[in-house]
Amino acid sequence: MGDELLRLDGVSVQYGHGETSVTALTGVDLTVSRGELVAVMGASGSGKSTLLTVAGGLRTPTSGEVVVEGHYLSQLSARQIATLRRRSLGFVFQDFNLIPSLTALENVSLPLELDGLPLRRAKRPALDALAVVGLADRADRYPSDLSGGQQQRIAIARAVVGGRSLVLADEPTGALDSTTGEAVLRMLRSRVDAGAGGILVTHDARHAAWADRIVFLRDGRIVDDAQPTPITALLDGVGR
Amino acid sequence: MSIRQSFLAILDQGPCYGYQLRSEFERRTGSTWPLNIGQIYSTLDRLERDGLITRDDSGDSEHIYYAITTSGRAEVGAWLTSPVARPTAAARDELAMKLAIAVTLPGVDIVRMIQTQRSATLRTLQELTRTKRAGGEAASAEDLAWQLVADSMIFQAEAEIRWLDHSETRLVEAVASGVAVPVPIDDTPVRRGRPARVATEAGE
Repeated sequence: MGDELLRLDGVSVQYGHGETSVTALTGVDLTVSRGELVAVMGASGSGKSTLLTVAGGLRTPTSGEVVVEGHYLSQLSARQIATLRRRSLGFVFQDFNLIPSLTALENVSLPLELDGLPLRRAKRPALDALAVVGLADRADRYPSDLSGGQQQRIAIARAVVGGRSLVLADEPTGALDSTTGEAVLRMLRSRVDAGAGGILVTHDARHAAWADRIVFLRDGRIVDDAQPTPITALLDGVGR
Repeated sequence: MSIRQSFLAILDQGPCYGYQLRSEFERRTGSTWPLNIGQIYSTLDRLERDGLITRDDSGDSEHIYYAITTSGRAEVGAWLTSPVARPTAAARDELAMKLAIAVTLPGVDIVRMIQTQRSATLRTLQELTRTKRAGGEAASAEDLAWQLVADSMIFQAEAEIRWLDHSETRLVEAVASGVAVPVPIDDTPVRRGRPARVATEAGE
């Protein structure tokens, strides 16, 4: 599909069954191309994080298709999805999720090692990824020796190491002050400009503005502010 | 806008002629607020009239140079050390006024109005961010000055979006609970004189 990295086609996710079931996503269509950063905004409980876990192959949708780099996840085994996740996807979380007992370099090498590469061969691409985020000189430091902003930059290096091209970021600036958060967004943006693609989940319009496109989730559906939702549709959400 | 004080602050660094002052002002503010030459000379005339600047003969003869006076320096000092007075509740905000009136009218879909506004403000925010991003990291004081101006606009747009989000939620709840109903024209005679007003920080 050329430059298309990710496509969600009519994705719905339902938790539970019967009367107690909760619909987290309804008929979501979304495409992310190479060189494109798409922000997903929405209130708490609107389905933002569910969307990210589905896009990352961590959760199977109840219906609809997820296509990562041309691979239909529904046609892959769990093992194949895990491999695809290691080779194509990188996650960035609000709280960094670095392993405290590993150095920066070891944290960044980890996805490559999990993919079967011996550490001595994983080191080079990991160092390259650290250099890209400007932290090659911190390779031997442990996360506890680094500032929040540096830890998040390492998490970005880990997300893109070895040429992985789709970055899924869940509130990556949530735990950072505003100038550090901006530096992290600049870094994420430059990775995307260099040919990656990404989804940036955020509730903050100022951060979403770094994206090429902004989509809104409301009660699990993508809504378009350019085609406003009538109030009658919104009233369903306030428990009348 | 504090053009008057900005001019004084620049003249405090040394005498300038009109076009030079414009160029200094613009390079220090990222050309965010372009000035026409008429505005510049009328500002200089008023500053001269108020004794804050004076014509200066020490420069070349081709231009009329202006130099700051002692009282001009005092005004710069006062400007730099005192807070800027922000508009109070009494100042008119077009969007707040539009929303306030609309909420009392029948047949207006205010949520739609809010969404349309948010969409427009978000586009502005994206444009501002794109412009700022294109500038890269600030490498000089002029870059930094301009980026601070851009940040100010970015944060204002963000604040407006947050207020719109908040208003939308409140409105949907108010419609659901029956509070948001149109206000009809009140036919009881209105007493002459100024109506009682909500207390504001500064009376006008």
